[in-house]
Amino acid sequence: MNVSPTDPAGGTGPKPAEAVSSGSSKAGNMTSALEETVVKSGPDLRAAAERRDRLLRIILPVVILTSAILGWEALVRIQEIPHYILPAPSLIMETLVKDWAVLSTSLITTLQITFAALAVAVAGGVGLAVLFTQSKWVEISFFPFAVILQVTPIIAIAPLILIYVDSIPVALLICAWIVAFFPILSNTTLGLNSADHNLRNLFQLYGASRWQTLWHLQLPAAMPYFLGGLKIAGGLALIGAIVAEFAAGSAGRGAGLAYRILESGYRLNIPRMFAALLLISVTGILIFLTFSLLSHLMLRKWHESAIKREN
Amino acid sequence: MAEANSIPDNGAAGQGGAAFSAPPGGHVVSLRHISKRFSNGTLALQDMSLDIGKGDFISLLGPSGCGKSTALRIIAGLGDTTEGQVHWPDGKPERGDIGFVFQEPTLMPWANVFENVWLPRRLDGASKSTVRDEVSEALEMVGLGGFAAAYPRELSGGMKMRVSIARALVTKPKILLMDEPFAALDEITRFKLNDDLLHLWEAHHWTVVFVTHSVFESVYLSNRIVVMAARPGRVAQQLSNDAPHPRGDGFRTSEDYAHLCRNASDALHAAMDEHTTRAEVTA
Repeated sequence: MNVSPTDPAGGTGPKPAEAVSSGSSKAGNMTSALEETVVKSGPDLRAAAERRDRLLRIILPVVILTSAILGWEALVRIQEIPHYILPAPSLIMETLVKDWAVLSTSLITTLQITFAALAVAVAGGVGLAVLFTQSKWVEISFFPFAVILQVTPIIAIAPLILIYVDSIPVALLICAWIVAFFPILSNTTLGLNSADHNLRNLFQLYGASRWQTLWHLQLPAAMPYFLGGLKIAGGLALIGAIVAEFAAGSAGRGAGLAYRILESGYRLNIPRMFAALLLISVTGILIFLTFSLLSHLMLRKWHESAIKREN
Repeated sequence: MAEANSIPDNGAAGQGGAAFSAPPGGHVVSLRHISKRFSNGTLALQDMSLDIGKGDFISLLGPSGCGKSTALRIIAGLGDTTEGQVHWPDGKPERGDIGFVFQEPTLMPWANVFENVWLPRRLDGASKSTVRDEVSEALEMVGLGGFAAAYPRELSGGMKMRVSIARALVTKPKILLMDEPFAALDEITRFKLNDDLLHLWEAHHWTVVFVTHSVFESVYLSNRIVVMAARPGRVAQQLSNDAPHPRGDGFRTSEDYAHLCRNASDALHAAMDEHTTRAEVTA
């Protein structure tokens, strides 16, 4: 049973060189000279096109975004719009630097609530999902609660939670958790139930315990789904924290970015309002990018979503 | 399975062909009047009885819906019977006594080849260091010695199937159950895998039950062909195949082979015609 590394079945994907030459020979059936040039320049042209494509992918959004900001700056300066109506981007950056002491403390507060809520959402969401897959009766009994929590707008429940819970950070945490936990729960439940049924049979055949099936089969199978849920939940936890801060409207040392926005609004300090807004957006983007990267790193070896294919 | 240590190749299989023709006596498992009715009322199997001897290579041959896969799953303990029983003369099979190869390779995509083959032993509590030799032995057997670190997506369909076979072999099972393992492969790969499986069987004399819908495959591989009919699934006819081992390309083109194929094909058609006439009567 000796097999060379390339099984007769082949099919490990066509090699790029083959794909290119077969493609161009199909196109150039006219003269051999023409064919030769096509074959020769084909790969170079294609590589050049790919390079251009990659560059444009970065350059284009950057150029558009920069010109939008410059246009904004120009509009404010030419029209002499007062800064309490629309501050120029330069003034927003200036404010960001000038008020960094206040804003950074608020940013840390918001981040703490966001990540604490996300951590509890991951633990709760995955834990509950595992429980759901162990017993359908648990799932049938408790799933409605999860749905009710999910469909009720957080802004509507936040005031109630703030009344019932004395500690404001805890109340904020609960609000952010309610928003973040559902995508993790529903995605992980779906993932745990998506393990290949033949693999389940195989585990059954070898007398695997529930715990072994969960650990070696269901959790790995659920990983792509869980990571998808985590990407959504990261952004939602931030939104939940901000919304809850708005509802709480609490001042003091532990005030988050949302409170800075409210406060700036009352004082007509619009540049600071924009600065706080910018921080929230950047935080949201960073959270998304971080989890996208995490997802890619964890799945790149095996999952379809993270594998680059050449056609 | 003491001789499992030797790495078989075409040369080793060529010695002493006569030894293969008569498997030693004794049954590994017997099906006794097995019936299986699914919850939707379909009678998947009706009164199936079959003795599987030690060292037998049995093919279950039949059209789709004849219950051949159902029978295999019942032997594996993956499905229960409505009536009848599965009798194991040497006592109920323990963990790892049964090897199963599905129609799909059924590998864990997140695990590399080594981890996939390790799985049955891992579920039995064997650590990575203790199984290293067993796993590489199983991989050598299927010709994938250098592929322990590869991931399933990097392998071709045929190689994935080889991994699946190595996984079934790693526990040194008493019986190997194969559910149309090569049906989804192209013909060239299927022929190669048939040859390799046959050479392994000739060298190790495992007990194999092989489900297929290919007459040629069943004749080439097995020493007994159980032809099954559909609706309800049942045994229509049993053919023995005494063609000597080792079999190879010479056998594939021999008159013997053509003759056996014709017999099996006739039996299969008779089973299917019987079904059509029955259907006409009921209609």
